[in-house]
Amino acid sequence: MQWETVIGLEIHAQLATRSKIFSGASTAYGAEPNTQACAIDLGLPGVLPVINEQAIAMAVRFGLAIDAHITPRSVFARKNYFYPDLPKGYQISQYEAPIVAQGRITIDVDGQSKTINITRAHLEEDAGKSLHEDFHGASGIDLNRAGTPLLEIVSEPEMRSAAEAAAYMREIHRLVRYLGICDGNMQEGSFRCDANVSVRPKGQEAFGTRAEIKNLNSFRFIERAIEFEVERQVEIIENGGKVVQETRLYDPDKDETRPLRSKEDAHDYRYFPDPDLLPVTVSAEDIAAIRASMPELPRAKLARFVETLGLSPEEASTLANDPDTANYFELAIAAQPAQARQVANWVSGELFGALNRDNLGIAASPIKPAQLGQLVERIVDGTLSGKLAKQVFATMWASGRDADDIIAAEGLRQVSDTHLIEVAVRDILEQNPDQVEQFRAGKEKVLGFLVGQVMKKTGGKANPALVNQLIKAALAN
Amino acid sequence: MSDKLPRSVARLAQGLAAGEYSSVELTRHYLDRIASLDGRLNSFITVCAEQALAEAAAADARRAAGTAGPLTGIPYANKDIFCTRGVRTSCASRMLDNFIAPYDATAVAKLRAAGLVMLGKTNMDEFAMGSSNESSYYGPVANPWDLGRVPGGSSGGSAAAVAAGLAPLATGTDTGGSIRQPAAFCGISGIKPTYGRVSRYGMIAFASSLDQGGPMGHSAEDLALMLNAMAGFDRRDSTSVERADEDFTRLLDAPVAGLRIGLPREYFDDQLDAGIRACVETAVKALEARGATLHEISLPHMSLAIPAYYVIAPAECSSNLSRYDGARFGYRCADPKDLTDLYCRSRGEAFGAEVKRRILVGTYALSSGYYDAYYRKAQQVRRLLRDDFLDAFNTVDVIIGPTTPTVAYAAGAHSKDPVTMYLGDIYTTAANLAGLPSLSIPAGFVDGMPVGMQMTATHFDEARLLGLAHQYQRDSDWHLRAPAAFT
Repeated sequence: MQWETVIGLEIHAQLATRSKIFSGASTAYGAEPNTQACAIDLGLPGVLPVINEQAIAMAVRFGLAIDAHITPRSVFARKNYFYPDLPKGYQISQYEAPIVAQGRITIDVDGQSKTINITRAHLEEDAGKSLHEDFHGASGIDLNRAGTPLLEIVSEPEMRSAAEAAAYMREIHRLVRYLGICDGNMQEGSFRCDANVSVRPKGQEAFGTRAEIKNLNSFRFIERAIEFEVERQVEIIENGGKVVQETRLYDPDKDETRPLRSKEDAHDYRYFPDPDLLPVTVSAEDIAAIRASMPELPRAKLARFVETLGLSPEEASTLANDPDTANYFELAIAAQPAQARQVANWVSGELFGALNRDNLGIAASPIKPAQLGQLVERIVDGTLSGKLAKQVFATMWASGRDADDIIAAEGLRQVSDTHLIEVAVRDILEQNPDQVEQFRAGKEKVLGFLVGQVMKKTGGKANPALVNQLIKAALAN
Repeated sequence: MSDKLPRSVARLAQGLAAGEYSSVELTRHYLDRIASLDGRLNSFITVCAEQALAEAAAADARRAAGTAGPLTGIPYANKDIFCTRGVRTSCASRMLDNFIAPYDATAVAKLRAAGLVMLGKTNMDEFAMGSSNESSYYGPVANPWDLGRVPGGSSGGSAAAVAAGLAPLATGTDTGGSIRQPAAFCGISGIKPTYGRVSRYGMIAFASSLDQGGPMGHSAEDLALMLNAMAGFDRRDSTSVERADEDFTRLLDAPVAGLRIGLPREYFDDQLDAGIRACVETAVKALEARGATLHEISLPHMSLAIPAYYVIAPAECSSNLSRYDGARFGYRCADPKDLTDLYCRSRGEAFGAEVKRRILVGTYALSSGYYDAYYRKAQQVRRLLRDDFLDAFNTVDVIIGPTTPTVAYAAGAHSKDPVTMYLGDIYTTAANLAGLPSLSIPAGFVDGMPVGMQMTATHFDEARLLGLAHQYQRDSDWHLRAPAAFT
C-alpha cells in the first residue's frame, strides 16, 4: 500500500512588542520569575485588558505579506479552561473573526515551488509556565510569559512531507524576521509550532485520523518528529490497528513521539466574545499606512540579488535568508554595487567565519558594512592583495578601525611597482639555481615555490599576479 | 454640631464651605452613627474610621488652602465591589475575605481626587448576584424602613446605609437593576449611567457587558454632583466611552414643560402592585401638570428581557469568576490533594449557593451545542430590545415606569424560589441590556414601604434624566423622609 502524508501546522510567533498584549508589563526574556507580571497579567479582581496597538499593526503586517484578507472588524474571544498557569481561567484569543484570513505562502522543496494556503492568523495572549523542579512535591508558577502577544498562524493541511513542513516553517520564520514582528528565537520559544499529522492511502480523499505534535521548536525536530510519526501511524494501520486522535510530544533525546493527553480530556472551551474588549477595527487607511511601511520581502529580495546583482541563487539565498545579513550586505555594497559578488564572498566567507568563531550575530559585527565595502574596494583597485586583505580584515575585526587607516598606518599597500618586483625576482632566481633548472626541465610545480620566495622577500606586499607574470617572463629568457 | 444634618449633600457642602462644621466633624458624625446603628442593619462589611478621619483632615486642609472642589470633605461609602488600595475588597464573598487590592478602582480614585472621604465598604450580594442582599458571606442587610424586610440587592448595603443616614452618599453597581432596585426598596435615589460612562476598572466584574457603577444618595441633585466626580473616560477600560467630561448638574433647572414622557404599556401590566401603580401614576400626573406631555408607548420585546438577562449575566459571570481558583489569591482550601482538589474544594467552599447556581447556568449556556440556542439567541434579543428603546426615543424624551413590581419583601420570602426573586428585576434589566442610563427616585409609599419611580433616557442623556428627577423632587418630599428608627 502506498501512503500519503497530510500535514498542517499551527505556528506560534511571539510578537516583538515591548509590552504585553493587554498590559504595560515588559516582554523581555529571561527575568526572575514573576517580576514581569503586573496586576492585569495576574488576573487580579477588577483589572481589565487594554489592547496593545502595536500587536495589531504587526498582525496586519503579516497579513499583507501573505496576501491575506485583513478582517476590518476582528473580535477577541475568551477560551475558557482551568490551568494554574492561566491566571484568569481563560485565554484571550481570536476565534470566529481572526484578524488575518486566507493568505498564502510559497515554499521551495527540491527545486520545486509550492504554494501553501494559510487559513488564518490570529492574535492571542500566551499563558504562564509551570515549574516542577525545586518545589519539593509542589509546583511553582512563573507568569512572566503570561500576556505575551502571540500570532498563531494556521495552515491548511496541504503539506505532504516532513521536508515540506520544515520548508514551510523556515519560510514563515524568515518572513516574520523580515517583517520585524518576531525575533524568531527558537531556543527562547519565540517561534514554535504544533504539527497535525495524518496518513491516508494514496488516492483516498478523506483524511486519516490525525495526531497533534506539540511545541516543536527547531527545524530539525519538526522533520524528525513528523518522520517518526508517519512511520508510527503507517505501522499501526498496516498491523490492522487504528490511529487515535491525541496530542503527542516529541522527545528529541529518544527521537520519538509519545502521548501527552488523549481526546477523552478534550475541553469544551466555551468560546464567547470577550465583553471587556471592543472589536478590533482596521480601516483602509490603517492598511494603506502599514502597506507603505512594508519592507522588501525575502523572495523578492532573493530574486533581485540574482537578477540585478548577478549573484548565483546559492549566494543570494545565503545572504537573503536572514534580514540582518541581507541588510548588512546591502549597506556594504551601497557605495559600489558593482562589487556585489566580491562583497558577497567576503560576507559569507571571512565575516561569517569570524562571527561564528566569536559567537556574534551579524548585527553585532565589529566591522560595519561600509567598512567591509571599503576593504573590498581596496582589493578591486589593486591596493590590497587577497592575502593582505585578510590581514587587514583581522586588524579591522580586532580594532574596529577602517581599512584605509590600517593600510596607511602599517604600510600594507600592495607593491605593484614592476621595477621593485623585478629586482626581487632576479635575486630569488639567482639564489635558487637548482629550482630554476628544475623548472626549465619541465617541473612546473616549482613555480609556486619561487613565487612564494618572492612574496616572502617583499614582506607579502608584492602583487602576486605581477610576481607570477614577471617570474615566468624571467624564466622564459 | 447638631444631630440633625441636612440630607442634601449640596447643603452639607455649603455647611463645610461656610465653616459650620469641619469635614472631620462631619466624618465623626457618620462614623458615630455607623458605630451605634449599623448593628441593626449590617450595611457595612468594613469601616475605615482611622483612614476616614485622616482623609477628612486632609480635606479640611485642602479647604483651608482654597483648593477644595464641590464635594471635598463629604463622607461617602463604597460598595465592597470597588477595589480600594490597602482596604479589604471582599465582594461579600468568602473567596475574597482576605483580599486587599493593591490599587484603587478608577471610580474610587476619582472620588478620592475630588476629596470625598471614604467611611468604609458596604455590604452587598455575593459578587453582586442577588436581588435581596441575602447572599452575602457577611450576612443579610436589613431594610431601615422595616428590619424584617430586605433592602434589595445587590447594592443593598449602600442603599440601607444612605437611607438610615449612616452615609450621605454611596457607590453602587447595577448589572440588572442593582442600584435602582435597592434605591426603590430603601426610599433613596440612584442612577445607573450609560454603559461606559463610569470606568469598570477596579470594579470586580460580575457580567462585564452589563455592569455599570453609579452614585446613590438622597436626591437627584446629589447624584448629579457625585456623578460629576465619578464619571469620565478611562483608557484602562476599553469599554469606557471616549467623550468630553460633562457637568451632570447642567439641566437640573431645565423646564419640564415640553418634555415628552413615554409610558410603556408593558410596565403597567397585571404583575404590577396596584399601590405602586397609583404612586407612579400620581407622580407622572404631577409632571404633566408642569407641562410634560404623556404618551403611551410600547416596548414589544420587554417580556424577553429577563430571560435574555439570565442567560447573558450568568454566562459572563461563569467566565469572570474562573480566576477565583485558589491558586494565586483569595481563599484556598486546606491541604489540597492535587490540582483538581484545589480547584474543586476552594471554589466549593468559598462560593455561596447563588454564585454557584449562576456559574452552572452560565457554563451550560456557553457549552458547545448550547451556545447558539442560548447565548447567541440572548444577544439577538438584546439587540431587539435596544432597537425597541431607540425607536421609542424617536417620539419621547424620557420613559417612566415603576422601578419594581412590588415594594421590599420579607427577608427569606424568596429563598426557596430564586426565579420569583429574579422577576423583581423585570423593569430594570432592559436598561442594562440596552446600555441606557436609568434612575430610580422615591415616589410614594405602599404599606409604609417606599416606592421607586424609574426614569430612563437615551444614551448619554443622564443630565436630562437628573433634571427631570430634580424637578419632581422640588415638588415632592418623598426623598426627604427618613425611616423612623433612624431619624
